[in-house]
Amino acid sequence: MSEKTFEPAEYVEQMARLVDLPLQPENRAGVVENFARIQAVAKLVTEFPLPEEIEVAPVFEP
Amino acid sequence: MTLDLNRADAVSLAAAVRTGQVSAKDAVSAALNRIAARDKALNCFTSVTADTALAAAEEIDRKIARGEDPGPLAGVPVAVKNLFDIAGTTTLAGSKINAEKPPATQDATAVSRLKQAGAVLVGSLNMDEYAYGFVTENAHYGATHNPHDLTRIAGGSSGGSAAAVAGGLVPLTLGSDTNGSIRVPAAFCGVYGLKPTYGRLSRAGTVLFAGSFDHIGPFARSVRDIATAFDILQGLDDRDPVCCDRPLAETQLASSLQEIAGVRIAIAGDYFTKGAEPAALEAVEQVARALGATQYVTLPEAHRARAAAFVITACEGASLHLDDLRSRPQDFDPATRDRFLAGALIPASWYIGAQRFRRWFRDRVREVFQDVDLILAPTTPCPAPAIGQQKMILDGVEILVRPHLGLFTQPLSFIGLPVLSVPIQRAGALPLGVQLVAAPYNEALILRVAGVLEAMGVVSAPVPVAE
Repeated sequence: MSEKTFEPAEYVEQMARLVDLPLQPENRAGVVENFARIQAVAKLVTEFPLPEEIEVAPVFEP
Repeated sequence: MTLDLNRADAVSLAAAVRTGQVSAKDAVSAALNRIAARDKALNCFTSVTADTALAAAEEIDRKIARGEDPGPLAGVPVAVKNLFDIAGTTTLAGSKINAEKPPATQDATAVSRLKQAGAVLVGSLNMDEYAYGFVTENAHYGATHNPHDLTRIAGGSSGGSAAAVAGGLVPLTLGSDTNGSIRVPAAFCGVYGLKPTYGRLSRAGTVLFAGSFDHIGPFARSVRDIATAFDILQGLDDRDPVCCDRPLAETQLASSLQEIAGVRIAIAGDYFTKGAEPAALEAVEQVARALGATQYVTLPEAHRARAAAFVITACEGASLHLDDLRSRPQDFDPATRDRFLAGALIPASWYIGAQRFRRWFRDRVREVFQDVDLILAPTTPCPAPAIGQQKMILDGVEILVRPHLGLFTQPLSFIGLPVLSVPIQRAGALPLGVQLVAAPYNEALILRVAGVLEAMGVVSAPVPVAE
C-alpha cells in the first residue's frame, strides 16, 4: 500500500516546519539525501533488540 | 651531538632549553621561520601569534637566567586546533560564523596547562568546520595538505594539528576527536595521535561538536612527547562537567619502561578486518608480529556502534548550531551544512535508542577487556586520499570517501576507550596508522606498549625529507 511508504522528502519538509527550521530551496535536496542516509544508518540501531533494563548512562562513564 | 632545532622532539628541545644549550627565543624563532617558509604549501595555520610567542619565549629565558624552573616543556613551540580558546583572539572552530564572535577572555584549560609547563603557543590550526569531517578541506580557510604528498589530504578534523607536527613546523599540537578526528589525521600524516579516555582531559574552553563523544588530545613525533603532554594535561577541571576525578596516570614513566611481559595483546577481528585496503590490515599484522600477538577478539555489533555514533553525532551537532542553521545556513561550509540540517530533524527515539545501545556496547566491551589488556586495530581503511577525491573503490565497490574514513575509529570513541594511533612508515608509500586500544583509563599501558614498538623501530614519525 503506497499510503504506508515513508517519504523522506515529505518528512523533511514537515519536520523542518515543526521545529521551525527554514530550508532554502537550494539545500533541500542535500538535506533529504542526508536524512535518508541517517535513516538507513539509524535502522541498524533501532532494529537491534535491547534488554529493557538497559538505560542511557546519565553521566557517561566508560 | 648538537641538537637539530628543526627536527628535535619536544622533550629533547625542552631539555636543551632548560640546560641553556639553546635559548627559548631561538627555539621559538626557528619554529616561526619554519612556519613562514613552509606553511604556504601546507596551510596548517589559521593564525600565527609571533609577537606574543617571542615575548613568552623571552620570559622563559629570563626565568632560566633567574634560576627558576621554567617547566618540563620550556621553550617548546606548540599550536592548537582553532577550536581551543586563546585569550584575546576569536575562536573560529573552522567556521566563518564564529569569526564574528568576540575574542576569548580566557585560555582553554589545556592551553593554559601547556603554557604553565613552559610551552610557547605559536598559533592556531586549520580543521573541518565545527569538527564535522575527516578531511580538513575547509571552504572558508582552504584545505590542509599532507606533508608526505601535497596533493593528498591531511585527514581531519584536526588536519592542521597533524600536518603541523608531521611537516616539522612544531613538535607538539593539540586536537580534538569525536569520531576519529585525532586518530585519522595522525594516521594519514604519519605521526602519533592520542585520544585519551572520555572525560580524562578537560575540554573547557573548546568549542564542542557532539558532547557525548568530544575528547581532546596531543599529536607528536615521539612516544615520550605524547606521554609528557598527556601527563601535563591531566587533572580535574571544574569548568568541564565531564572531566573525571581519577588518580592521574603516570604515562611518562610507563612509556620508558621498555617491558611488556605478561601484557595480553589481541587483534580486533571481524568488523575491523573488513572494508579496508590490504595495506591497512598489513600494518596491523606488522605491529602484531612485533608484539607476538596472534589472538583475535570480537567487539560485538561494532557496525551498529558506528551507526549509533553517527546518529548521536548528527543530533548533538545540529542541536549546538540550531540557531545559526535557522538564521544563516548560507554561512556554513557546504560540506557540513546539509548534514547539520538533516541532523536537526532526527526523531528522539533514534537518539535515545542510540544512547541506550551505547550502554549495551560498553558492557560487552568491558567483558572483552576481562581477557585482554590491549587491542590492535587499523586506524583508517586506506592511506590519505587525494584532495577533492569524492569516491574510492574498496573490495570492488565504489563508496564515498568522506564518511568511510572513520570506519575503524568511530566504534571506539563511541564508548570513550583510550586509543593511540601509532605511525607506520612505508618506503615509497604514504604512512598508515594502527590503533592501540586499552580499557578505560589505561593510557599508561598504551604508552608502555608504544614505547616498546618505537624502540623496536616498528613505529616512527620522522619529518619527511624536504619537499
